[in-house]
Amino acid sequence: MIILEHVSRLFRSHGQLIRAVDDVSLEIGEGQVMSLVGESGSGKTTTGKMIAGLVTPSSGRVLFEGRDIRMLERDTRERYRRAVQIIHQDPYACLNPVRTVGDTLAAPLRLYGGADRRSRNARIGELLERVELTPAAAFVDKFPHQLSGGQRQRVAVARALSVQPKFLVADEAVSMIDVSLRISLLNLLLKLRWETGVAFLFITHDLALARHFGWDGRIAVMYVGRIVEVGPTRAVIEDAQHPYTRALLAAVPEADPRITRTKSRLRLRSQDPPSLLHLPPGCAFHPRCPWAESGLCDVIRPELTLVRDQEVACHVAAREGALPDLTTVGSSQ
Amino acid sequence: MTESLVSIRDLSIAYRGRGGTAQALREVNLDLYRDETLGLIGESGSGKTTLALAILRMLPPAAHVPQGQILYHQDGRAVDVLSLDAERLRRYRGEQVAMVFQSALSSLNPVLRIWDQFLDTARAHGETDQAKIRARTRDLLSHLQLEPERVLSAFPHELSGGMRQRVMLALALLLRPRVVVLDEPTTALDILTQRTIIDLLRSLRQEFGFSMMFISHDLSLAAELADRVATMYAGRIVEIGRTDELFYEPRHPYTVGLLQAVPTIHGDHRTLQSIPGSPPDLQRLPPGCPFHPRCPYARPACAEAEPDLLRISDGHRSACFFWDEVRGPDVGKIA
Repeated sequence: MIILEHVSRLFRSHGQLIRAVDDVSLEIGEGQVMSLVGESGSGKTTTGKMIAGLVTPSSGRVLFEGRDIRMLERDTRERYRRAVQIIHQDPYACLNPVRTVGDTLAAPLRLYGGADRRSRNARIGELLERVELTPAAAFVDKFPHQLSGGQRQRVAVARALSVQPKFLVADEAVSMIDVSLRISLLNLLLKLRWETGVAFLFITHDLALARHFGWDGRIAVMYVGRIVEVGPTRAVIEDAQHPYTRALLAAVPEADPRITRTKSRLRLRSQDPPSLLHLPPGCAFHPRCPWAESGLCDVIRPELTLVRDQEVACHVAAREGALPDLTTVGSSQ
Repeated sequence: MTESLVSIRDLSIAYRGRGGTAQALREVNLDLYRDETLGLIGESGSGKTTLALAILRMLPPAAHVPQGQILYHQDGRAVDVLSLDAERLRRYRGEQVAMVFQSALSSLNPVLRIWDQFLDTARAHGETDQAKIRARTRDLLSHLQLEPERVLSAFPHELSGGMRQRVMLALALLLRPRVVVLDEPTTALDILTQRTIIDLLRSLRQEFGFSMMFISHDLSLAAELADRVATMYAGRIVEIGRTDELFYEPRHPYTVGLLQAVPTIHGDHRTLQSIPGSPPDLQRLPPGCPFHPRCPYARPACAEAEPDLLRISDGHRSACFFWDEVRGPDVGKIA
């Protein structure tokens, strides 16, 4: 349904050009989940915004139902705009503070539905029930500041659902919510997948969350603008083949003392992420990578190649058929 | 018997606001022992930040302390932190107890080079020998895997978030405090940077021998770093114990709820559950146990009285009448 073809996006910063997204290709079919994982500055948010049409690619194409979203005729463009919706990270910033919940939800209904007030109100009630803000009547006249962060994010989800989308870009949609409420929002999104078959680009920095939400889907891992590994969730989490993915998995603390204190560590050659203004030549990860080979990784940029069940942009993994084990790992205790 | 460095006794703190008085802390008792790392976990509004700020007496003006004591133990004497005069309080902060805030950018002075910030801090506490200050600073920065010369001549905005966080740690340790309090030390940092900070905190504590108390909403940080963990809810400690006890034998339904809500990477793919309802309004706490409206174990008794921390074993306590029925989720199974 959504295809990215060699999409790049440049931004200007301090008079210099930054390549925030560099030659990204992705394909997400109807009802599928693609988790986009990476750290800050990896380009995952810009990628999501290009899919939602909020940022235009500097080069490459975003295809909706096989057609470039910049070249859609009027009726297809309308369909695309309804089909693809985005849920932003910050539930405090994305709702209009002077609009009630009811007004917020009525606006897209008026724009796309054109229905009369009575059926709009019925639809608003339905939407609020769907996102579990019940009884709906208690929420319709509330303003955003009268709601908790979790409730606001539910309103944002309801607004996205109001136009019956086929594709949701969820950009760190649950990150700012407290632990006890985060999972109920995540479970709500999961439920929407089952009920409506909506596809997801699930953007997160949290690998465990990506695994939980997209266990039956795929994961793409981004590093300073490029996809370095993409494949089925299970393969990427349990049998990562890119050194950066391995480093993330080894580094992430887990809420289980025995697991987190005994899991093997990966010692990086440098602690500091590169600046987007001065990206290293060859593979951008090579200055930190324990597997890096000089004369190869610092010279030639690796392309995505099939390694086991996933595609990986690593010279060593591609040549060996799998990323070899390192002997320098040790546990912390 | 392990030596207590900080003892909090029956401490209550309230904030006066437009809508009434919010009870941020209610009769909290807690000890921080020598050489331990204590993790305070809880969600926003649980009181964990108020508790941390209280130890340094850095509470906002709207806060008042209706009752309780904060005792700092030094040379066999107990110092009452809440009654220190301005000069002694200034020395207590930094020399005895140091704080590392979450936002490293806003706690460093943006118009001073890093070296000047170290110099100012040392001078303010009576150290005049510049060569000595420089040596100590360089030593700390090297321990934190920073290049001293490059960092010392930089302004805060010229450093990455992870580097600033490490500078903050070095600055906190400059005066050799016995206690370091950290507010969300890894929140908002990238995963690889988080790992660097966690490993550094562990090695710094071994090297310099301070006690550490950190507050976090992140259970994985507690699993990783803490010797003991205290769970806070609605202004009280509802469970406290050794880290293994809290994670593998939790005895308070709220701790269990938090554990059930956190996904892991290794281990089984298990169903995650959220805690129903929402955190209480601190201006209008429910009667009895404030968790009872959200609690799967709740009975009529829970709405009538609020349980004290009840003893389960040495050091493990839970503020739940029915702690012996409470069972944790299946954690610790490796798939």
